[in-house]
Amino acid sequence: MAVCIAVIAKENYPLYIRSIPAEQELKFHYTVHTSLDVVDEKVSAMGKALVDQRELYLGLLYPTEDYKVSLLSRLGIPCVKSMFPNQLHRYGYVTNSKVKFVMVVDSSNTALRDNEIRSMFRKLHNSYTDVMCNPFYNPGDRIHSRAFDNMVTSMMVQVC
Amino acid sequence: MPAMADETLFQLLHTQVVAAAYGAGRGSGDEGLRAGLTVLEGMGFRVGQGLAERLPQGALAFREELDTIKFLCRDLWGAVFGKQTDNLRTNHQGTYILQDNNFPFLTQMAWGQQYLEEAPKVLGEQFLAFTCGLLRGTLSSLGIESSVTASVTSLPACKFQVVIQKA
Repeated sequence: MAVCIAVIAKENYPLYIRSIPAEQELKFHYTVHTSLDVVDEKVSAMGKALVDQRELYLGLLYPTEDYKVSLLSRLGIPCVKSMFPNQLHRYGYVTNSKVKFVMVVDSSNTALRDNEIRSMFRKLHNSYTDVMCNPFYNPGDRIHSRAFDNMVTSMMVQVC
Repeated sequence: MPAMADETLFQLLHTQVVAAAYGAGRGSGDEGLRAGLTVLEGMGFRVGQGLAERLPQGALAFREELDTIKFLCRDLWGAVFGKQTDNLRTNHQGTYILQDNNFPFLTQMAWGQQYLEEAPKVLGEQFLAFTCGLLRGTLSSLGIESSVTASVTSLPACKFQVVIQKA
């Protein structure tokens, strides 16, 4: 039920980013980028404490009237209502090699449970590990694997 | 599920890879030797990166450098060689020595007298280059830049020296 999934490398550039619907991609690039700051904050806070690998970040709700829409309305231009009338939740996950996964989820239909998010991240991690073990893949390149694409597709929501 | 032949196959493959790295086409002499070393070490590095993703089954438990090295000694060695390292020493200043008294790649050579004289010079650097790269790759993926060298004193024991690069 995810709306956007991104894999970010250790150096904070995207290795893989995909969102539905495709037109909103730029907005999601921005969303994921801002989430990175929060991820970094959490990781440095973890520091010496004995914490689990997966980090659940819930609570950064993305308000309905985002900045772009309100700017347009101020200019007096009629604007299309956002396709996501409900809140978007963002979740983050960090691996041992400091690769981050960010998932943006539309919480309209089902309130996704903690466990489901965790299992989605686990699947993501396993697929990413498979990509990493592919000898034809150079670490740091963008991910073009079909298997990875299929796995991500299976997690994305069908919108209209 | 480990099959019976896995370890033997891996050792045979490794031997052939080493032979190919230094073999025909590269030329003998220093140039060829260095090229072979680079290729072998690079191969090990890439494998190490993949292993670093797959192996840690669980928490982000590496709070210190020492924990990461211990992970190498236990989990990595266990997964790749089927045993753990026998000794780990450190000077607490970023240098670690991993000692293995019965290193799987060297056991076959230890049987007779044939290789005993040649062993230390050739083996340490050239034969174990893949393993050095493996260690370096795993460490690099886990966030530690290092340089790894190997030395063989008496077959089949060997020592790997890991020097952490301070940023």
